[in-house]
Amino acid sequence: MGISQNEQQSISALVGQYTQLPGALLPLLHAIQSDLGYVPDSAVPIIAKGLNLSRAEVHGVISFYHDFKTTPVGRHTVQVCRAEACQSMGSRQLEAHAKQALGIDYGETTADGAVTLEPVYCLGNCACSPSVRIDDAIYARVDTDLFDDLMSGLLTEEGASK
Amino acid sequence: MTFYIPQDTTALALGADAVASALQSVGIEPVRSGSRGMFWLEPLLEVETNKGRIGFGPVTAKDIPSIVDALESDPARHTLYQGEVADIPYFKSQQRLTYSRAGLGDPVCLDNYQALNGFKGLNNALKMTGQQIVDQVKDSGLRGRGGAAFPAGIKWQTVHDAGKDGCQKYIVCNADEGDSGTFADRLVMEADPYQLIEGMIVAGLAVGATQGYIYLRSEYPVAHKLLNIAIDRAIAANFLGENIQGSGKTFYLEVRLGAGAYICGEETSLLESLEGKRGMVRAKPPLPAIEGLFGMPTVVNNVLTLAAISTILEQGADSYQNFGMGRSRGTLAIQLAGNIKRGGLIELAFGVTLREVVEDYGQGTYSGRPIRAIQVGGPLGAFLPESQWDTPMDYEAFAAIKAMIGHGGIVVFDDTADMAAQARFAMEFCVVESCGKCTPCRIGSVRGVEVIDRIVANENRDNNLILLHELCDTMEFGSLCAMGGMTPYPVRSALAHFPNDFLLRDAAGAAQGEH
Repeated sequence: MGISQNEQQSISALVGQYTQLPGALLPLLHAIQSDLGYVPDSAVPIIAKGLNLSRAEVHGVISFYHDFKTTPVGRHTVQVCRAEACQSMGSRQLEAHAKQALGIDYGETTADGAVTLEPVYCLGNCACSPSVRIDDAIYARVDTDLFDDLMSGLLTEEGASK
Repeated sequence: MTFYIPQDTTALALGADAVASALQSVGIEPVRSGSRGMFWLEPLLEVETNKGRIGFGPVTAKDIPSIVDALESDPARHTLYQGEVADIPYFKSQQRLTYSRAGLGDPVCLDNYQALNGFKGLNNALKMTGQQIVDQVKDSGLRGRGGAAFPAGIKWQTVHDAGKDGCQKYIVCNADEGDSGTFADRLVMEADPYQLIEGMIVAGLAVGATQGYIYLRSEYPVAHKLLNIAIDRAIAANFLGENIQGSGKTFYLEVRLGAGAYICGEETSLLESLEGKRGMVRAKPPLPAIEGLFGMPTVVNNVLTLAAISTILEQGADSYQNFGMGRSRGTLAIQLAGNIKRGGLIELAFGVTLREVVEDYGQGTYSGRPIRAIQVGGPLGAFLPESQWDTPMDYEAFAAIKAMIGHGGIVVFDDTADMAAQARFAMEFCVVESCGKCTPCRIGSVRGVEVIDRIVANENRDNNLILLHELCDTMEFGSLCAMGGMTPYPVRSALAHFPNDFLLRDAAGAAQGEH
């Protein structure tokens, strides 16, 4: 995937900041992702050179961890918890509803680019399940109605900021 | 009057910020405290009055005007009034050591921490030799709270004795609390982060380590923010860094974020991840205590283990040792979760039975239906039927029924739970989260999902049941770590105690569509 000259430069600048840090690869990947929203394939050789690793090693780490994305994601990431505590409170129905309401499966992004839907395994909010995370905010006791409210809230917020 | 409203994940997830804004709009600036862990009452608004510290919960923003009115007349008449918070039976009956400060005040306020006995353990430790600290931990009987329950003092002794004089050693805090139904680590980090920081500094003094890392899961954004604030303030106040409090001792501490891999809660996988690699499990030996992070001697302890160190050094090993039963000493952080009316954190000495926890504290299911199964110890823990609920919560008593306390998480399921679907999920979770090193775990879990599907579909049922048991044996005995080694526990327990769930259901059966 092609990235702009600017993005290339910002990746190089970030790599430069992390070369001296022991065990730098995960913090660096988080930094790149928080900057660009994902880790583009073209970042791999820059990272590999900067941290003195092989490209295979860098690719291996990116592909190992669920958090790291290699393609652009939606403006918001919505995670539905699939772990046992949430299942005991109806998260299976909630995830089915979420997929249907957004018209996408896990790992996909809505056509308007607003929302990427992901599974997550535990948000540590297990006494008030089921849980949903939208970006950095976590919501408790999410039923299908609350989920719909949260989604329309996201769209309204987006409309307001335009 | 002082108002307190938590900045804890669960309280926030239930609208604590809106409550805080509502307070501000009537001219009240609340203290953003931690949570006490009574999550069924969150958001719990606490008010320090001349009649004591009283609570209202669960509150929403629209309750604020009526609460403010009630405070001026008779607070007890408000429908959400909970009385003195410290007298709520759920809370009062606990034995709070690790969570003694949780919820009392602003978690990142250093003065508050020190006013509540914080850093007293560290001050004691600064006067001791490393060996004396290690001896205190040994005498306390503290066992690792992450799940494996290995004696902490013995691990520390190994690191203390390892390596050449002056070699780099590390303290690594495992804060990758990935088990469903657990939030005890999160509560420490969000309600009392300095306690963890203190425990890690003491660990560094004990074994001669100057660098610590907290490996925190990325699913905990609130804890991440609060830990970083706490560390910055601890550095500014010279509790971290060089020449700590003029002692000549050095300890640096840094938070490192995981990236959504459950397996990185396994200590060797965690170390690989900290080194910037794929989180692949290492074979042991060598033990991390001898060749750990970057090949150097490393203490890897859970958040609760390190937090308990502050209490032990403050109050003495004997005092801590007096709690508990048998070889399980001290207190256990029980986390009551899932389909439960009153979920939350319950800190008690070891020995309480599961039934007491779910019935007396939990008050049964949230749905109001009968409890069917209880899973203790996370996704690798067995499903326990009613006949096993009188087991005392003690590491050995649980091991005797092929179950585990693990990290102390309890997930309750009501009678609508489909245990075949839960067994299938256990295998599916292993498919998603296996690091891939051991074939029985990587491939066995995939085959496990398929075999359970065939059993439920009544395809060659008897032979497939035999196959599933053999597959479980292969995974248990052929995997390096607990991921592959214990995924069979929930599967076997579901088969043993809920066999009818694995029978073919008719076309109208609710479970049918899920397979």
